[in-house]
Amino acid sequence: MNQEASLQLEIADLSMSFGGIQAIRGVSFGVKKGEIYSIIGPNGAGKTTIFNCISGIYRAKTGSIRFESRELIGLKPDRIAQLGISRAFQNIALFKGMTVLDNLMSARVHLMKYGLIGAAVYLGRCLREEVQNRDEVEDVIEFLDLQPVRKSPVGSLSYGLQKRVELARALAMKPKLMLVDEPVSGMNLEEREDMARYIIDINEERDITVILIEHDMGLVMDLSDRVTVLNFGTKIAEGVPGEVSRNPGVVQAYLGEAG
Amino acid sequence: MANFKVSYQEDTALFQNLWVKSWLAIFVAAMIALPFLMSRYQLSILNEMGIAVIGALGLNLLTGYTGQISLGHGAFVAIGAYTTGLLTGALGLPFVIALPLSGLMAALLGMIVGIPSLRLKGLYLALGTLAFGFIVEYVLFHWDLTKGDMGMAVPKIGAGGFVIETERQYFFLIMSFAVLATLVAKNLARTKIGRCFVAIRDRDIAAEAMGISLAKYKIMAFAVSAFYAGIAGCLMAHYQKWIVPGNFDISLSIAYIAMIVLGGMGTILGSILGAILITGIPHGIVFLTDAFRETYPSLSGLIVDIKLGIFGIIIVLTLLFEPQGLFGIYRRIKVYWKTWPFKY
Repeated sequence: MNQEASLQLEIADLSMSFGGIQAIRGVSFGVKKGEIYSIIGPNGAGKTTIFNCISGIYRAKTGSIRFESRELIGLKPDRIAQLGISRAFQNIALFKGMTVLDNLMSARVHLMKYGLIGAAVYLGRCLREEVQNRDEVEDVIEFLDLQPVRKSPVGSLSYGLQKRVELARALAMKPKLMLVDEPVSGMNLEEREDMARYIIDINEERDITVILIEHDMGLVMDLSDRVTVLNFGTKIAEGVPGEVSRNPGVVQAYLGEAG
Repeated sequence: MANFKVSYQEDTALFQNLWVKSWLAIFVAAMIALPFLMSRYQLSILNEMGIAVIGALGLNLLTGYTGQISLGHGAFVAIGAYTTGLLTGALGLPFVIALPLSGLMAALLGMIVGIPSLRLKGLYLALGTLAFGFIVEYVLFHWDLTKGDMGMAVPKIGAGGFVIETERQYFFLIMSFAVLATLVAKNLARTKIGRCFVAIRDRDIAAEAMGISLAKYKIMAFAVSAFYAGIAGCLMAHYQKWIVPGNFDISLSIAYIAMIVLGGMGTILGSILGAILITGIPHGIVFLTDAFRETYPSLSGLIVDIKLGIFGIIIVLTLLFEPQGLFGIYRRIKVYWKTWPFKY
């Protein structure tokens, strides 16, 4: 019972299919508050599908996803985001026409309460909230060392920097739980180490629970408190990194049958 | 020029430094002086441009910022025009009440048209708004109240005994609204509203995952855009004194699209430049053909066809050589002078 209470996100018996293809079947796991929890598995194992179910982009057929004991299935993505779940996308999904600053500011819409008329005159509450949110966004910019590119259009940034802005945007939302999808794919060693550092900082200093999808095993094993392994849409192992990497089922899924 | 800012408010100010402010002063002075220096015909061109600016700003907020294509913008202008026509004409309401009501009427219909946009994207949405344009035109033609093809007289603008009659008075009225519309659009663009619009245009799924309600902000974009169109329509109706449904057919919607494409999608300045250019081109062509009439008398008979042809050529050439429109040219010049005399 004690353990039940400390679970921030609880996924039970989740299944999702597209046409005839069963993307995930009967997956269950729970994430504790303050954890870094990783989901790994070969390509097509259903990792990103789980993220899409959590953030409401897909609606799962069966099962439940409970966040702080509130059912998420059936809620719209923007409602789920407002509850405190933010997301850094795998294939960069930044708003290309905006600067880095505006990208981060656009993640704070749910924290600004002024309306259309207020915005039209840009006075009073609107001005106050804009300035205040800008102040907090500047903290995020500083946190992730984005000061030099603050006013640059995101389209003009390098791939590695765009990934970092993606992370910053998710952080700017002031989330309780962050879904981070392959943050270091396609990066060089230095960028990877930076990114790992940022994720640890976000988790520890800002006290944000992180669910991570990543192919880089070194990173996963170093960062995660616990790991779930998926293969063909089913969970084949769960536990602390050391245990999981010795699990025969996991080895088989990654390396194939021993000849 | 030194440009240090010590607060976030300063950093987002519309008029950031002395340079911009002095240009603003020159602009205001010119706006006050022009009506006393120009002929009635020249002023009428400026008035037309002022109304077009308001309409183009509205369309740019919807199509340029939010990325929702609308081929029915002319219909919203029509709704504004006929609302004020009926309110001030049949009901005898004063202009100060009819003006906001025309905007609100258009905004209300805009919200209804916006509902399909939650499902439709791109070309399908364009077709939906196109259909809306035809429906409005049809209703205006066949409804007894609007008198169809015969047209409807629109009373003069008056408030407490003072009546706006001359071209010069119209100039001051229209330009104040154009400036106001520009300021409001600028404000919307730099707040969360504008950021939501652009976010929806650039990546709607990511926008949703960041807590932005697509339904709310798409419908809002339609409402704001239609409101602008309604205001433009209201001013146009009083200025023209006579409205017929033919004024607001598909060619008006396309002219507005041309304005924002030529001017620059998703920019306020682009809307203004585009509106000025598209409204100005026909007058420019008339001016040129007048100048050549002595030498080539046959030209005046062809003027209508030439007008359309040149219009088309200008649009095609702009799209080919400057896809970002006039705003793109403006930005290039600005960057050039910023670093001048150095190359970069």
